[in-house]
Amino acid sequence: MAKRQVQIRHSRHNMDYVLLTVVMFLVIFGLLMIYSTSSYEAGSDFGDSAYYLKRQAQSTVIGIVGLIIMVKLPYRYLQRFDILAVIVSVALLLLIITPIGVTRNGARRWLDFKVISFQPAEVAKIGVIIYLASMIQRLEKLGRNVLRTPKGIAIIMIPPVIIAGMVYLITDNLSSAIIIVGIAVAMMFVAVPDYKWFVIMGAAGVAMVAALVMYVSNEDVTDSGFRLARIKAWLDPEAYSTDRAFQTLQALYAIGSGGIWGKGLGQSMQKRGFLPEAQNDMIFSIICEELGLFGAITIILLFVILIWSCMVIANKTVDRFGSLLVVGVMAHYAIQVILNIAVVTNTIPNTGITLPFISYGGTSTLFLLMEIGIVLNVSKSCK
Amino acid sequence: MTVQKKKTFVLCVLSVTALLALSVRVGYLMIARSEYYTQEAQELHERERDIKAARGRIIDSTGTVLADNKTVCTISVIRSQIEDAGQVIEALSSELGLSEEYVRKQVEKRSSRERIKSNVDKETGDRIRNMDLAGVKVDEDYKRYYPYGELASKVLGFTGGDNQGIVGLEVSYEEYLTGTKGKILTLTDAKGIELDGMGERRREPVAGSDLYVSLDINIQKYATQLAKQAYETKQAKGVSIIVMNVNNGEILAMTDVPEFDLNDPFTLIEEFASEEAQDGETTQDLLNQMWRNGCINDTYEPGSTLKIITAAAGLESGAVTLEDNFSCPGYIVVDDRRIRCHKTAGHGAEDFTHAVMNSCNPVFITVGLRIGAERYYEYFTQFGLKQKTGIDLPGEAATIMHDLENIGNVELATISFGQSFQITPLRLMATVAGLINGGTLVTPHLGVKAVNEEQGTIEEFVYPVTEGIVSSDTTEKLKYVLEQVVENGGGKNGYVEGYRVGGKTATSQTLPRGTGRYIASFLAFAPADDPKVMALAIIDTPQGTYYGGQIADPVVRQLFENILPYLEEMDYN
Repeated sequence: MAKRQVQIRHSRHNMDYVLLTVVMFLVIFGLLMIYSTSSYEAGSDFGDSAYYLKRQAQSTVIGIVGLIIMVKLPYRYLQRFDILAVIVSVALLLLIITPIGVTRNGARRWLDFKVISFQPAEVAKIGVIIYLASMIQRLEKLGRNVLRTPKGIAIIMIPPVIIAGMVYLITDNLSSAIIIVGIAVAMMFVAVPDYKWFVIMGAAGVAMVAALVMYVSNEDVTDSGFRLARIKAWLDPEAYSTDRAFQTLQALYAIGSGGIWGKGLGQSMQKRGFLPEAQNDMIFSIICEELGLFGAITIILLFVILIWSCMVIANKTVDRFGSLLVVGVMAHYAIQVILNIAVVTNTIPNTGITLPFISYGGTSTLFLLMEIGIVLNVSKSCK
Repeated sequence: MTVQKKKTFVLCVLSVTALLALSVRVGYLMIARSEYYTQEAQELHERERDIKAARGRIIDSTGTVLADNKTVCTISVIRSQIEDAGQVIEALSSELGLSEEYVRKQVEKRSSRERIKSNVDKETGDRIRNMDLAGVKVDEDYKRYYPYGELASKVLGFTGGDNQGIVGLEVSYEEYLTGTKGKILTLTDAKGIELDGMGERRREPVAGSDLYVSLDINIQKYATQLAKQAYETKQAKGVSIIVMNVNNGEILAMTDVPEFDLNDPFTLIEEFASEEAQDGETTQDLLNQMWRNGCINDTYEPGSTLKIITAAAGLESGAVTLEDNFSCPGYIVVDDRRIRCHKTAGHGAEDFTHAVMNSCNPVFITVGLRIGAERYYEYFTQFGLKQKTGIDLPGEAATIMHDLENIGNVELATISFGQSFQITPLRLMATVAGLINGGTLVTPHLGVKAVNEEQGTIEEFVYPVTEGIVSSDTTEKLKYVLEQVVENGGGKNGYVEGYRVGGKTATSQTLPRGTGRYIASFLAFAPADDPKVMALAIIDTPQGTYYGGQIADPVVRQLFENILPYLEEMDYN
């Protein structure tokens, strides 16, 4: 009894407070930036400049409760829900086709349960992480190379691919589908010792993208699909300044006009109706405009610390399941941050991805904070 | 485990590398591309409003302002700022005298700023501003204003809605008169609402330069008055008077009655308004006719005034001397054509001086034939009659003249007394001025200098001159014989007590012939021995008596009676 108490005290001491501090800073900074970016438009649209701030603050409070629960609840319980997590994710995604599914901002991505509403795609991300961490750990236990057998690969990869497919087909949300597949590939990469296959896959992927870009840039794609047209707009935003590249170009104006020190907090011009939905996917561009290169680099560095801390926790953890959970969360953050900044800077074609902890969005905030809870929980059991 | 740890580390490093690469990208956008995007964004954020620049004034030689600016207002609405559309529509339509439908259409247009009416007078603008209606903007700008209304309307010209010159000097000196627009740049949000406290950038307008012209308002007023008088008493189609400095080509007065009101140039005057009902002509055609300056835009057959040119050519070539004797039986046969003299009984025996005084057609035909077509054509060209005068007014008409190879004896005969070709009145004047001033062909002009508020005189206009178009000997003889015309000959109605005046009268038929319509004219200069000023009066299609000597001469006489003492006082400057 005495021995156990000592252990608990010891483990609490080990919780990664640096990570917690970084996350709390990002969350508070996020609220500040949401107020800054949205207040002007919210004031004229809703008559309440704090409209978005209030709603995001509510989500944050719920998210912090979720974080605390995840910190308190021993993470090993999560392994019991591995299969269930996939089933729930699939079920929730299917519910979108039912009348419970609602359309907001032109996309049918939400479930509305009257009391709460959320995006199943966000649930699916955490579900996939739990499922994969659990399955990889179980298969590894069965033998060294079980993971690399076709059956093993199938068990690991098929459910995430199915979920990603559903996210894409049902909610027309390519970015979330990419994130889910990305998480699965990242966890698989960590789990198996091979490099070769990933290098080949990566090279093949790059080649395919290059071929597609070459094709699109030479073809007249005005009549073809919306996604191909986005690529065209990405290659030459100024030529599509009034339609497809409008948001991208407005984001570039915001970033470019920030300069090194920025215009000062609250001084953005682009948020005054020029950059649509500035508080969502494009919030990073307003950070650039108001806080300059200095502010932008600071935010990027905070995310670097966040990702680095996850890696350290993953590698310090003796428990394989815990370690894999952290890797999954790390992959999730990394993919989302990288894609978001890449989109905002027009480094890749525009696809809606939010910036973790900072962009406006209730469901995403809740689950991102819960994921941090899991990481912090795992960090308690570090050596 | 170590392999997995290593791969976790690799995954992390890859992610961090990607983020650092993106930092470089962000840095590139925010440093290297900053200037470009800042400028693009600035253009997007700023709404530009022009501030009209004051147009330069037109000032005559006495320092009187002939074309000025007055402050007017432009009323516009900003849709997004309107609180009570109904009230705005009602107030604007009643104050501005516009239909409610029109104002409603403008108010409801989906644009950030819509102009309702410009050139609203200042009092109305102030009244609207004082109503303090949200979303209604009153901006002040300038409108051209002509203090003397009709005076020299065809010379000065007027400006259009954007203050650009449309006819007259306003067009020819556009580049000097027009200023540089200023700009107000205000920061606005995407809906075009101006942002408070974000400041505005202002680029001040630069006023245009003042144009100083050679017109003299006193002479211009008097010439206009006389022209109007003749226009009314003779019920003429039009009366033109030009007064010019013989030695430098400066125009002192130029009128072509009927004139129009420069402050209301788009309203047809009575003469043209009634025509509209008759013909199917469009209002624009009629306006163009109303704005025409007969002194330079139209050509006519000069008739007997051209005998000055034949005399000069004859004297210069030696084909005739003042003492040569002729006999006029009342007609002359050229080839198979019998051309009559205006005095059908004939002038009998006369020397060349008397032939000029009598304006005897057979004598001038004889002289013309003696000169010969080729030489005559050379003199015609040498005297500048074939080219435009180059006056600084738009739309000068060109001379209509036979080609040399088409001039047979009959053509030469008619040319000799001023028929079968057409020139503008100003062309005739400029050439005769050259013949009597000692042989210097001057360019008639109005513009003297452009004066800028900051830099002072920015340009004194220089006009080309051609010297030696005739010998001084011929000039002396011409002056003598033309003074004789006024003293004792056909121009005696142009005689001015106490002054030495030379001149020549003409009565020419309008084209086409046979309509019984005539153009009466008188070209005179003073002092006859040392010409300083020249005047030409042309009465187009007078009713009743149509002889130049009887109706045009008195016009110039009255003009000279008034302006010669005035000019003498100023030493003709």
